[in-house]
Amino acid sequence: MMACLLEAPLRISVLSEVTATSRHYVDRLFDPDPQNVLQGVIDMKNAVIGNNRQKANLIVLGAVPRLLYLLQQSSSSLELRTECAVVLGSLAMGTENNIKSLVDCHIIPALLQGLLCSDLIFIEACLRCLRTVFISPVTPVQLLYTDPTVIPHLMSLLSRSQHTQEYITQIFAHCCKTPEHQTVLFNHGAIQNIAPLLISPSFKVRMQALKCFSVLAYENAQVSMTLVNVLVDGEQLSQVFVRMMQRDKPIEMQLTAAKCLTYMCRAGAIRTDDNCIVLKTLPCLVRMCSKERLLEERVEGAETLAYLMEPDIELQRIASVTDHLVSMLADYFKYPSSVSAITDIKRLDHDLKHAHELRQAAFKLYASLGSNDEDIRKKITETENMMDRIVSGLSESSIKVRLAAVRCLHSLSRSVQQLRTSFHDHAVWKPLMKLLQNAPDEVLVMASSTLCNLLLEFSPSKEPILESGVIELLCSLTQSDSPALRVNGIWALMNMAFQADQKVKVEIVRALGTEQLFRLLSDPDTNVLMKTLGLLRNLLSTRPHIDQVMSSHGKQIMQAVTLILEGEHSIEVKEQTLCILANIADGNTAKELIMTNDDMLQKIKYYMGHSNVKLQLAATFCISNLIWNEEDGSQERQDKLRDMGFVDILHKLTQASDPNLCDRAKTAMQHTPWWIEALMLWTPFGES
Amino acid sequence: VHIFSQSHLCLVMYQVLKEAVCGLIAVSWLASRPIRIKQARNLSSSSPVVSDSARFSHWTLIESCPAKDSWQAVGIGGRNRIAMSGPSSGCGFLMSVVVHGDLALNEQEKELNQRLKRLYPAVNEQETPLPRSWSPKDKFSYIGLSQNNLRVHYKGHGKTPKDAASVRATHPIPAACGVYYFEVKIISKGRDGYMGIGLSAQGVNMNRLPGWDKHSYGYHGDDGHSFCSSGTGQPYGPTFTTGDVIGCCVNLINNTCFYTKNGHSLGIAFTDLPPNLYPTVGLQTPGEVVDANFGQHPFVFDIEDYMREWRTKIQAQIDRFPIGEREGEWQAMIQKMVASYLVHHSYCATAEAFAKSTDQAVHEELASIKNRQKIQKLVLSGRMGEAIETTQQLYPSLLERNQDLLFMLKVRQFIEMVNGTDSEVRCLGGRSPKSQDCYPGSPRLFNSPVHKASSSQTYQTGTAEVEMELDHFSNGVSESSSNGFLNGSSTHGIDLEECDGDMGEIIIWRQLCGGSQAAIERMIQFGRELQSMSEHLRRERGKNSANKKMLKDAFSLLAYSDPWSSPVGYQLDSIQREPVCSTLNSAILETHNLPKQPPLALSVGQAAQCLSLMARTGSGSCAFASVDDYLH
Repeated sequence: MMACLLEAPLRISVLSEVTATSRHYVDRLFDPDPQNVLQGVIDMKNAVIGNNRQKANLIVLGAVPRLLYLLQQSSSSLELRTECAVVLGSLAMGTENNIKSLVDCHIIPALLQGLLCSDLIFIEACLRCLRTVFISPVTPVQLLYTDPTVIPHLMSLLSRSQHTQEYITQIFAHCCKTPEHQTVLFNHGAIQNIAPLLISPSFKVRMQALKCFSVLAYENAQVSMTLVNVLVDGEQLSQVFVRMMQRDKPIEMQLTAAKCLTYMCRAGAIRTDDNCIVLKTLPCLVRMCSKERLLEERVEGAETLAYLMEPDIELQRIASVTDHLVSMLADYFKYPSSVSAITDIKRLDHDLKHAHELRQAAFKLYASLGSNDEDIRKKITETENMMDRIVSGLSESSIKVRLAAVRCLHSLSRSVQQLRTSFHDHAVWKPLMKLLQNAPDEVLVMASSTLCNLLLEFSPSKEPILESGVIELLCSLTQSDSPALRVNGIWALMNMAFQADQKVKVEIVRALGTEQLFRLLSDPDTNVLMKTLGLLRNLLSTRPHIDQVMSSHGKQIMQAVTLILEGEHSIEVKEQTLCILANIADGNTAKELIMTNDDMLQKIKYYMGHSNVKLQLAATFCISNLIWNEEDGSQERQDKLRDMGFVDILHKLTQASDPNLCDRAKTAMQHTPWWIEALMLWTPFGES
Repeated sequence: VHIFSQSHLCLVMYQVLKEAVCGLIAVSWLASRPIRIKQARNLSSSSPVVSDSARFSHWTLIESCPAKDSWQAVGIGGRNRIAMSGPSSGCGFLMSVVVHGDLALNEQEKELNQRLKRLYPAVNEQETPLPRSWSPKDKFSYIGLSQNNLRVHYKGHGKTPKDAASVRATHPIPAACGVYYFEVKIISKGRDGYMGIGLSAQGVNMNRLPGWDKHSYGYHGDDGHSFCSSGTGQPYGPTFTTGDVIGCCVNLINNTCFYTKNGHSLGIAFTDLPPNLYPTVGLQTPGEVVDANFGQHPFVFDIEDYMREWRTKIQAQIDRFPIGEREGEWQAMIQKMVASYLVHHSYCATAEAFAKSTDQAVHEELASIKNRQKIQKLVLSGRMGEAIETTQQLYPSLLERNQDLLFMLKVRQFIEMVNGTDSEVRCLGGRSPKSQDCYPGSPRLFNSPVHKASSSQTYQTGTAEVEMELDHFSNGVSESSSNGFLNGSSTHGIDLEECDGDMGEIIIWRQLCGGSQAAIERMIQFGRELQSMSEHLRRERGKNSANKKMLKDAFSLLAYSDPWSSPVGYQLDSIQREPVCSTLNSAILETHNLPKQPPLALSVGQAAQCLSLMARTGSGSCAFASVDDYLH
């Protein structure tokens, strides 16, 4: 900070002078006398400590390649090589630009090569420098994995000293970013090698080892399952972690141990009702959200807690009553506080930097808390200014906050009561619609999913949303490459079409276009297919609508139905399709499309005898509609169906074990009284 | 002591504590360093051979060290002198139960006592007993108690809120708990589950649920609301019902309270609580039954974890207490304290070396220190007869003027006779070991109220390494002083050869007076002399209950065939020589106008005294600032 302030005005006048002294240091690296070179490096070491400008100068003047050369030369003395590594480590401690320059000079392979030396002091110096380079965000972590011999060698160095343990575990903790990295480390025995370090006498080693486990276990079932069976000094690893969460331990340690247990739990290695989760991890994470903690800790605590309880209603219920968590989170929105703006510019800066993070973390946690339990949702919406905060969160500049806000809104939108009250009162649909206009897919998925709920029939927001021209937008979503967006688009349309006016239905069909509709019917994603069938079913609901739609699109629809019934689809898909068929059978004119299609009738007959009750029921429903005797031509239809052998089937179904199916068959039979007489003759004892 | 306000007092206490503790840390740190000062056996060497390092921080004291067991008085601010109780003051009640064993404790009570002692070590139960059950006297008539007064049931009509009824625990919560916790299990919610769990002050109407009145606080099961001295509740937590376990935690440091439900903390319910609240429950409809757990069983909530957090907080507060601009003064003061401590306890060689390296003057003549050391050594090895004789030789008028002290020494001599260690009976016994004493000569620093078994064991194992300094003045001390005064007569060199060299030997068999008939006769005769001395004293100076008890306890030893394992056998323990030794040492110092307490012990005592004052004035942080924690 100080250096920066000084540098700007003084730069020009001082630069040449400084460069001259710096050049002297570099020149000495080329001295023919090795003793002078060593002294030069030592002097350089003392000159660069804590002096960022000096570091930058030396780098510009080309000290790094020379130092690397000296470090790699086997003719150099061990002392010189060690001092070179120390100076490089010092240079790496500077700015991000320094690190970039070092990486560009291929410092990483050189230092990794150095680790093959047998001298511990030299190895430690190399590792210290490597650690500094690797923990920088500008270093590509992949560089650790390029040479496959590196990881096993690092594992073997873990036993050398506390320093090697600290540096190596720190490198692992920072460089394990993908499932592939996890697998590489796992396969080279990371767990067995690092677990004993959890009880190291050095706090730094324990801490870095713990961090390693948190990154290794994250969303990794294989690692997590292995971890639960690991014993450290005769004690289960989970118990070691529990001990690290004790309230007198440093916060960083408590938080990281809680993360480890959270990840193990989410990966299925620890049950959600295990005491170490319910009584230890969850309360520990709630504590991390308290006002006493640093802003960073509160963010991490809230995010981890949200992740922990996401799938489990019991944990959500416990968390919702623990330490006033719901109102504690309201405090996350109070940064920067009015006090910080006036009193302390540094604090304001700090607050501003974390304000977005805090808000998104709070939204995430609220989303997780409210994802299942109606009472909790109520509690959240009743928190001070909650709905206003969500509404303004939806239009914040930070994508992270927008995404979290919409997640929160989505979670709350699962409540019928909230949809009817607070959602409508705060007109949340407006910012939501705005958000849908132009947002990254991630946000779109959540926003459209929320929209689906807002378009439910009982939602008072449905009308104004319809009027805002949402149909075009949803139709465009169905053309997205993302299956999730296609599902949400078609789902929203399905909800919209439920018990809708003719006008709306026509508008949907027009905007979507039959071509797109049928494309969706062959969508590789089952969810999309299901919701499209649902949409069709909703479109084909009341009799006039059925006849109208079928008269214009009957042929294609029948084709699609045939295709689906013949294809390899799940029971649910076929059931939905048969329901559509039943709806068609309910139309006045549409009926004929089935009656004249013997192939279709055979299919219905087949499904009436299917082993799955749901399919039998849907098919029977369809037949029942066809033989309904209050309509024109029912007699002819009944005759035809009797000739095709439906009597037998229906009769058999009246004796089905499933009560619904049995009832349905009996109702159908009542519309064909003479069928019953015929049966009476056929089976003398009859049926009641 | 002027108490301006609680918070002010608190700060002053901390400062005093901090100062004392810093001194302690310095010395105990010294004691824990691995490098030792070895006293040369060489007669010509009168100064210690110091290992390479000249920095005193690297030394360990290895001289034999008397540890005192109590300080009789400490001054605060130079004005007040407060008599202090003995070493067992911290747990007197429990100790008396354990020692006498008259009470047939059942398992539950034992568990309760153990748990309470572990949870609230700073509470002096003689002064402030802990709640152990509900009070059969302090309840409304609609409340019934059973199961050792732990189960509460409702036996009223339960028609209106006027039928509400409460019961308080037997005692209020002592501030010295720091953090206090109890749990209540709902056995049955009865008709409506109108149950309240909380706290109330003495005298609050019991025909009410906790929380409804002034100085009354409660959490109610039917609506989950908290009631803070008011008839209308605030939304607080979930409702509770049959099968739930509700906990109530009072933090006496920041005067807040939170509840737990089934082991989960529900967050702060009350702030600014007044002192001396009683655990309280209230019921209102028929069929309601609740059970209390004041520590009889393990708690569902992990209260010890919460306490750990507060202990850490308080200790961090002490560690970070600013010493302001007195940095230099600080160091000088600590060095003075350490030096005076060494002189006081007659570690003359170490004191000399310490003074040299820290550039300080020693305010007492070396020879005088050595004289005191000689006497202490005799007392601590159980050779009381010689100790008395030496004292009389070196300080002729001391014991004549102080008959009570003489009496105490003689009673101790009697005990040592029973023990077989006193020189008079040893000569008669003809037993070869000259000293059966295994007094470790440990660098025990101060009297700590409870002597930990482990620490004394550690010292015992180190016995072999201990080399007595006594050797180098076995020919008498005759150095003359150039400045300062000479304490006592320096001409009588007493041959102490005898008592050296047998330090490692431990006698395993125990026989009365070492097993010799002649010795027993001598002991009985001595007992008669003691009896007549006691009568003489009483005639001359009136009754003295302390003397009477001392004599009675000592004579009781003869009532048992194996005095060592008798209820009064503790007197034979060598640890009991320490208070005698320190009283005698103090008396000698006092006659020469030297402080009878070293400033270091004084400040430790002062810190301990501050803590008990804090407990009395309701500052809960005293629970987590035990002086013992700083004496490693």
